[in-house]
Amino acid sequence: MEIIKIKKTAWPGGIDKARETYHLFGPVKDKSCHIFRPLENNIYPDMEYTSSTLSPKSVLFPQTQKILETSVDESEKNHHILTPVKQDNTPKAVIGIRPCDAKAMQLVKLNFDTKDYRDPYWCDAYESSTFIGLAANTPSIFDFSTSAGSGPFEEDGLDVLLVDCKDHYLAKVITEKGKSFLNTTGFNESTDQNKADQIIKDLKTCAEGIINSSIRTENLKEKTVLDLYNAPFWEDLAFSCISCGTCAYVCPTCWCFDIQDETRGSLVTRIRNWDTCMPPLFTQHASGHNPRGEKTQRVRQRFMHKLKYFEDKYDQGIMCIGCGRCVEKCPVNIDIRDICNLMNAYEPEKESAVSKLREK
Amino acid sequence: MKNPYTPYPVKIDEIEIATEDKSLKTFKFIFLNKEDEKKFSYQAGQFAELSIPGVGEIPIGIASSPVEKGFVKFTVFKTGVVTSHLHKMKTGDIMGIRGPLGNAFPWDNLQGKNLVIIGGGFAFTTLRSSIVFMLDPANRSKFGNVDVVYGARSPGMLLYREELFDWEKRADINMNITVDSTDNPEWKYNTGFVPTIVEKKIPKADKNTCAIVCGPPIMIKFTQPALKSLGYHDDQIIMSLENRMKCGIGMCGRCNIGKELVCKDGPVFTLEELKQTPGEF
Amino acid sequence: MNMITRNIQKHAASLLKAETVDVFIGFKAGSFPMSAAPVIIKNPEQAQALIWDSNCRLNLANYLTNRTDKIGIVAKGCDSRSIVNHIIENKITRDQLHIIGVPCSGMVDKTKIASEFTDEITELREQEDSLVIKAGSETRILAKGEFLRSNCLSCTHRNPVLYDQLAADLVTEPVIENQFADVDKIESLSRDEKWLYFDDLIQNCIRCYACRNSCPLCFCPTCFVDESNPQWVGKGIDSTDVRTFHFLRAYHCAGRCTDCGACVEACPMDINVRDFTRKLNKDVLDMYGWEAGLDIKKRPPLDTFNPNDPDEYIK
Repeated sequence: MEIIKIKKTAWPGGIDKARETYHLFGPVKDKSCHIFRPLENNIYPDMEYTSSTLSPKSVLFPQTQKILETSVDESEKNHHILTPVKQDNTPKAVIGIRPCDAKAMQLVKLNFDTKDYRDPYWCDAYESSTFIGLAANTPSIFDFSTSAGSGPFEEDGLDVLLVDCKDHYLAKVITEKGKSFLNTTGFNESTDQNKADQIIKDLKTCAEGIINSSIRTENLKEKTVLDLYNAPFWEDLAFSCISCGTCAYVCPTCWCFDIQDETRGSLVTRIRNWDTCMPPLFTQHASGHNPRGEKTQRVRQRFMHKLKYFEDKYDQGIMCIGCGRCVEKCPVNIDIRDICNLMNAYEPEKESAVSKLREK
Repeated sequence: MKNPYTPYPVKIDEIEIATEDKSLKTFKFIFLNKEDEKKFSYQAGQFAELSIPGVGEIPIGIASSPVEKGFVKFTVFKTGVVTSHLHKMKTGDIMGIRGPLGNAFPWDNLQGKNLVIIGGGFAFTTLRSSIVFMLDPANRSKFGNVDVVYGARSPGMLLYREELFDWEKRADINMNITVDSTDNPEWKYNTGFVPTIVEKKIPKADKNTCAIVCGPPIMIKFTQPALKSLGYHDDQIIMSLENRMKCGIGMCGRCNIGKELVCKDGPVFTLEELKQTPGEF
Repeated sequence: MNMITRNIQKHAASLLKAETVDVFIGFKAGSFPMSAAPVIIKNPEQAQALIWDSNCRLNLANYLTNRTDKIGIVAKGCDSRSIVNHIIENKITRDQLHIIGVPCSGMVDKTKIASEFTDEITELREQEDSLVIKAGSETRILAKGEFLRSNCLSCTHRNPVLYDQLAADLVTEPVIENQFADVDKIESLSRDEKWLYFDDLIQNCIRCYACRNSCPLCFCPTCFVDESNPQWVGKGIDSTDVRTFHFLRAYHCAGRCTDCGACVEACPMDINVRDFTRKLNKDVLDMYGWEAGLDIKKRPPLDTFNPNDPDEYIK
């Protein structure tokens, strides 16, 4: 794979050239958070950021998105007939996305692009996007991506991988899409390929060495769903949860959504919003019956989905890429790393032996 | 691929009050575009999202049968925002239908088998679709014996009453219509809860029989032991589940039980499959 | 281990051993710097996990709602006032509770501390009134008093108002000249400036409801934003809906909010939602002379009618 050099002094100029072809997105500092936003005019991505509070999933999957519309005015032709709302699928370039967030997109794709159904909103946005990744030389203290199927320098899901080398970037061109993006920027300074490759390898080793947080997942696949489901640790674990939507909304691999109809005058818009399995309303039936009416059931659902159901369904590892946002932002410090390790280590036979001892 | 969120436009052609307390109505829809009807070609056991712009969508089992052409029928219980709105609509009103959704009863596997159909209350919709399908002259010979137990609280709460009584007279289907209780002295059929009638009237299991069970949780809870006592194994018992749904196409994540999505991997599951999942439905 | 932690551990263990309480709700050490996690313990041996430090920013009264067991609980000043509120509003009874009161010298503002450093903080140790902080290759000592949360800086009830035991000696209550200086500042803005201020304040709201769910006051079985028949509020991030949620929630807290700051602590987007409730707290004090949660025998003014109640706003 070709590696080119981009001097940081040349960076703004190249980004401005890219603006002519691509709708740019990147991390922008907003008060105390970094958020992935559209980069209008003179705004550049903040390439010094550690991690964004909200993941870049919003580029392909906006929190609130209009999907269908119609008029309920019976004098209008085609009244009450819902038709798709045209989405803006001009080519997008997402600049500064971390490798683990790009891997997350690959996992989310399994949900929205299946052999039976294709979600045009997510898929069209995905297909029109180019991902210009930024390797994490100094991963955040919350980063445990190396044990969660990703890493600070991984390339899965990226079209270009940028590596910060103080006064310049080394840009590894991973796909044709990445090459096309770089062509529009005019970045094309050649550099010694072997040297560049070695620099990247060294920085990668260093970055991966900084990560001192990890999870164990090797036993999750062989355990049965019902054994983990019936484990005794869920109740106390779930105590502190306040059933908000923080974890689901900051998570790059969470994709659940709600569909709502809103009417203004005679114009009806069907919109979809991010949703979260943590509050009781998520599964509440119209009859009043709620299969997950207890908080313990819902907390268990989240972690079973992320760490067991997803793995069983798709055989692509767990539904977590180790970005650590949920750990950092959970108001009550429920830590997926602890729960994953608990699930991985759980041995139901030992448990029932212990309870038999207790009964004596 | 087609945008799976866009409903086919339909018009309400007929509305029938289905139960004596008016809590259920049967809606007959015709497709505004003739070619949509072909695209909607479905199998008994599937459901569709009835879509009312400005109000919302509801997943409802298809009550009409694939052998009935020119229309689709749904029987809807009034219970929430969308169903209440639907109950107030009139013939001629336009709305949408998305589907067919879900995995249908396993018709390929059921061919050549004897079938036991057990339904309770207003869960009989897809069972009606199944019975009409099997009784159709083109299909009847593909199946063995068909025994049915269908019960409701009272005679006026039975769905599709006229059809039930007609089927009762037929020789190629063994109908056991029951009500929990009635003070109508003219009632010629059974009285008793569905599980009781199942135990009394349904033949013992053999390896060539399957039971399809649809009903409220309480009925299912007591029907399972009744079937077990008749020798039915878990893989011979087929159930159709309900769960809160939105997209109906396995993407919004809401209707899962374990790794199965009720809208896409279901709603039809065997009891054997269900026993391997967390019972969150 | 600080003295308060030691006392909490001791009291919790003996309460559980003597079966005075069925469960004990407190904090355990968080899994990363500047964090603390609410925990429930049921055996005396588990009491060793309990801690108390300047990161115990959440309001544990939130976990009492509708419980039916006997509960031991740790409460700082503002939390104890929320417990009083809960008792008045029939969410828990006094007999069920054994409160370990903690006279509070303030909780630290983790965002304010983090902004002092370019690198991420990897360790924070408290040494009396100092914070010893490691970030990157740097170790620095900050004065805790300079990094307290804004609600702690205007706090007039550091000592718990209701308790069965204390985990430390009572502290002197500060005299604060203008408790509501922050509200005055916003009130002095023009109408248009205020509109922009509040719009900017909630611009990043993601409707996660962490603020609502961490608040002990928010216990409606179905919150107004979750009602569907009729549906009052849209569920997306349309600015009208976001405003409606925040404005109405604030009003539902009027006369009840103890300014514990759990809402701000919980918010993943660092939104100072207290800007809404602070104004209402000031108004309730001005109009009714009322501060929430000080006396379990007194009913809040919005709960009662008095012929002398101010009514100049009734036109």
